Amino acid sequence: MTLADILASLFPAGHAVRVTDGLVSGDGPLGASRLAVVGIADRTALGVDGACTLSRHVLDVVQSGDRTPILVVVDSDSQRMSRRDELLGLNEYLAHLAKTLLLADAAGHPTLGLIYGHSAAGAFIATALATRVLAGLPGADPSVMDLPSVARVTKLPLETLQAMARDTPVFAPGLDNMVAAGAVHAVLDPDSPLGPQVEALIGQMGADDIRDRLGLERGGRPVAHTIAARVAQDAGGG
Amino acid sequence: METMTFRHATQKPLAGTRAQAITGVVASGNLEVLLERVLPGDACTIEIATPIEGFGDVWEAVAADFVARAQPGGLRISINDGGARPDTVSLRLLQGARLMEADA
Amino acid sequence: MTGPNSSPIPNRDERNASPTGMSWYEASARQRVAALLDPGTFEEVLGPEQRAMSPHLPLFALPRAFDDGIVVGRGRLDGKAVSVAAQEGRFMGGAFGEVHGAKLVGLLRAARASRPEAVLILFDTGGVRLQEANAGETAIAETMRAIADLRRDGVPVIGLIGGRAGCYGGGGLIAGTCSRLAVSEGGRISVSGPEVIETNKGAEEFDSKDRALVWRTMGGKHRRLTGGADAFCDDTVAAFRTAALDLMGRAPALDLATLEAEQARLEARLARFGDCRDATEIWSRLGIDDPAAVPGLTAQDFDGLVAGLDGMDHDAR
Repeated sequence: MTLADILASLFPAGHAVRVTDGLVSGDGPLGASRLAVVGIADRTALGVDGACTLSRHVLDVVQSGDRTPILVVVDSDSQRMSRRDELLGLNEYLAHLAKTLLLADAAGHPTLGLIYGHSAAGAFIATALATRVLAGLPGADPSVMDLPSVARVTKLPLETLQAMARDTPVFAPGLDNMVAAGAVHAVLDPDSPLGPQVEALIGQMGADDIRDRLGLERGGRPVAHTIAARVAQDAGGG
Repeated sequence: METMTFRHATQKPLAGTRAQAITGVVASGNLEVLLERVLPGDACTIEIATPIEGFGDVWEAVAADFVARAQPGGLRISINDGGARPDTVSLRLLQGARLMEADA
Repeated sequence: MTGPNSSPIPNRDERNASPTGMSWYEASARQRVAALLDPGTFEEVLGPEQRAMSPHLPLFALPRAFDDGIVVGRGRLDGKAVSVAAQEGRFMGGAFGEVHGAKLVGLLRAARASRPEAVLILFDTGGVRLQEANAGETAIAETMRAIADLRRDGVPVIGLIGGRAGCYGGGGLIAGTCSRLAVSEGGRISVSGPEVIETNKGAEEFDSKDRALVWRTMGGKHRRLTGGADAFCDDTVAAFRTAALDLMGRAPALDLATLEAEQARLEARLARFGDCRDATEIWSRLGIDDPAAVPGLTAQDFDGLVAGLDGMDHDAR
């Protein structure tokens, strides 16, 4: 689905969501209330300037004082890779954006990510992965790194990696593998109106981070949940 | 990956009371050695996992030399190898034994 | 084991230095933890004898580590209860794999219940371990959420950065989520590493072999000067210990006021330095008379320089 399709499905009565320089912001009616929308479109790389603009939008929603849920739509490149971005402290800008989303969520604004295109690495962590619940749409292709780059770094032949990727979801790119890892909670049905699906996901949100448990149940992260639970238990006493 | 285990009889238990020690890091040309005092005092095992295949006889010789020198009775020794040279392996094993000889 | 022709490795593990005078950069994760905390107080959780190793590295014919490259547990710092995680930068570049990440997440979750006086994260990481990329990436997201939860509960999370792998990729994002950061000359904080930028954008954009460029763009002094870190340390365990104790006592809350102040701080940085090409231009605009001399300053002289500049209290984080 394109962003226009998504917005039309979410807000059949119209909306005030805009895209400026690949950055998404605005809102529209959801049920009896509103849904704020922020995000990245057109496979835009996320640099210091864009991250700073998005975090401002998120803080504006929190400042409004209501409990408007926030939808984070993502079709991005990775973080913008440049000398200028790193010189200016990109890690702080991306972390700040993630923190604004985490704070919004804690302040009563349910945060829901929607990965509908590409995303990778730092851009993915700072946006979609910083929401409480992350949904995907069929056709989305989140990744940490594409297989040719993995081949370069690991010095393994691309064909070998492609063969391994078929039955090893833990390193292979793609929506299915991120679902298996528990990073993506649910995949939405593009043929049904998205508004009710989004409302249902928001209604089902629990307080705990269940991604490692989902990764265990789905087989994409076989040991993370058990390891985290063991450490939490052994390190938690007195 | 290749794994191998060597079992040795020792004349005496290793001195000291420390239950466990670890030395070294798994990195290129390096290795980590985990030592646990869990066996009877007249036995020692050395378990090795290495990504470099085909050096079993070298490992066997290094392990036997270490056991003869250190008499590490009671130790279960486990190695994760990152491609270390034999002299580095010997050094790490002896470092590990020295750590175990301390009092807990 | 390799044949006799492979190169020897420097063996610095057993150097005879006083524990706190030990070089942070050269020390292993275990040595850092043991020397940082009050002697004998560290209790490791899920230690190497538990053999909680990566289930994935064997598929790539890569060796595993008994602790998957991270040491976690509890101890005391000047008598104060702390939880500690230390990454081993020499194993797989300190990268986040499934077990590695889950150990950090578990430690942070435990701290919500046990409420130590601080959680200390000794970063030494290149980011996500590509052989376990999805697990590593997700663990970084879980870590950031767990840190935010802890900070909102009033438990400071302090990052100490001075290891050979630096603090790159998702590690840089986690660092930016911490309450306070101390960094040394050897510590580098960044998202894309020099090699990654060069590979993707060319050597004209970033020459990764220009070590001076790497240091002044991502290194500890630049981060301290521009607000990316709260303390600059000598490369010793003692200096990091002093910094950690100091920073624990002045950690900001994670609330709307802090994030509004951070927003203002980051916007101001873009407005003031957004057109700078090199760190020396930024340092010059900060009012430093001889920016070219900054990389060579000792920690003491550098602290003196910082004390003479305005706006160096980058409180909001």
